[in-house]
Amino acid sequence: MPGRFAEWLKAALLEVQEYVRMIGKVGRSLVSRPFYYRDVIEQFDAIGVGSLTVVLLTGLFTGMVLALQSGFTLDQFGARSMVGRLVSASIVKELGPVLTGLMVAGRVGSGIAAELGSMVVTDQIAALRALGTDPIRKLVLPRVLAGFVMVPVLTVIASAVGMVGGWIVTVSLLRVASSIYWNSVVEGLYIQDVWMGLIKPFVLGFTIVSIGCHVGLRTHGGTQGVGRATTNAVVASSVAVIAVDYLVTQLLIVLMY
Amino acid sequence: MAVLHPAPRPPLLEEALAHGGPIIVFDRVWLAFDEKVILRDVSFTLQTGHTKVFLGASGAGKSTILRLILGLLKPDAGRIFVNGEQIDDMREDDLMAVRADLGMVFQEGALFDSLTVRENVGYKLFEELNWPRTDANRRVGEVLGFIGLADFIDRMPSELSGGQRRRVAIARAMAAKPRILLYDEPTTGLDPITSLTVDQEIIKLRDLEGVSSIVVTHQLRDAFFIAEHTAVRRVDRIAIERAAGQKAEEAEFIMLRDGGIAFEGNATELRVRTERDPYIHAFLS
Repeated sequence: MPGRFAEWLKAALLEVQEYVRMIGKVGRSLVSRPFYYRDVIEQFDAIGVGSLTVVLLTGLFTGMVLALQSGFTLDQFGARSMVGRLVSASIVKELGPVLTGLMVAGRVGSGIAAELGSMVVTDQIAALRALGTDPIRKLVLPRVLAGFVMVPVLTVIASAVGMVGGWIVTVSLLRVASSIYWNSVVEGLYIQDVWMGLIKPFVLGFTIVSIGCHVGLRTHGGTQGVGRATTNAVVASSVAVIAVDYLVTQLLIVLMY
Repeated sequence: MAVLHPAPRPPLLEEALAHGGPIIVFDRVWLAFDEKVILRDVSFTLQTGHTKVFLGASGAGKSTILRLILGLLKPDAGRIFVNGEQIDDMREDDLMAVRADLGMVFQEGALFDSLTVRENVGYKLFEELNWPRTDANRRVGEVLGFIGLADFIDRMPSELSGGQRRRVAIARAMAAKPRILLYDEPTTGLDPITSLTVDQEIIKLRDLEGVSSIVVTHQLRDAFFIAEHTAVRRVDRIAIERAAGQKAEEAEFIMLRDGGIAFEGNATELRVRTERDPYIHAFLS
């Protein structure tokens, strides 16, 4: 048993070492040439625009259910008019970044791992290197950049749509006036909350995409390996989203509040 | 016209690596993955314009040799020279310059399945060498014509048959006019007629374009065909004929067994040796 644990620990440490090395290479390729502009634009489109629908729907329904749940709870205290505060504070600080992160992890993290994984098992990555192209520059850097920039954009959209969703439910089902809802939304938000909601998705976007790329590039064992890599990428990046969210929140609370 | 060769060599090196010069040298190379020794003390020299055919059972380390030449793997011991440069301890960034003069045809082709045939074949010209668009397109048309697939230029790899994919892979490897071409099982899994077409492409590239080549295979028929034939430009066509004299000496076989070299010599010597060595006999019959 200790032998197996040692093996597992060794494998885990190796994984971390390789991940950190990949991040180092990504950093170096960011500041040196060649830079594949076309691939970067393609990935901005694939990761950003491609995830828009799922993020819009998630944001909308989260805002709606939040208004519904908190509306009835607040009723017990006769404070139904405060529903906007609850919706805005929880969506902007937590639910917007985390749910967008989870959706992107499911959609983009798995896609990246499957794509890069099949390129590894069909020797396309080796072919790229043989043709004089560094796969980190060509495949990883554009994806990481796109994740880093587009997840915050998606998060802002998700949060905005979430508040609109909350507004729909508040006005139509809870019968609270529109102006009261929006006033309450603004009152519930402090500038620190907005910063927190904006900073977190940068870290989450980077984490999700870099994990997807790392897992994809470490694929082995044919088509079965590609399936395994895809599952691992989704699981690892989803857990990472929650864990990183906690760590960054903790850090920002110390720094800002 | 854009540069023909990606990296012009200094004059002295050019002279040293002229026809017959040592373009690839393995000097006592060892490689092991964990406990398993893949290559033990392997040394050989590929001369410019010549062919080396690597034979051996699956897992004998044949494909590993090609990956070492490309720098995709690093040896545990020994030295490897490609084009006059020692590459065994070279950094990845410097290896890119060495790879500019190498073309590799992977097992199953390894075409990029999100790109068309044109983009696959011209990948290096468009993306890495930044050739002017018109020159690159002309070169892509030229190499696809050479392998007889000019009509397939706008197809996706998934729309091609196995043999066509392999030939497009050859076109991609030769597009940037490298001085060295490496073939990993170029005919495995193909029918005899298609295999023959692929063999003829390899012979044409070697004899008409002066490319030095390493062919890894366990298809003996193809190995002997490549070694014993030559391509000659006639007035109206390119003819594939039986090689004679000096030309017949320019193709050598290396048989790998348990990571070491079990035989090295030309086709005639291999046939003689077959009579005496039970392993080679079993392999060849």
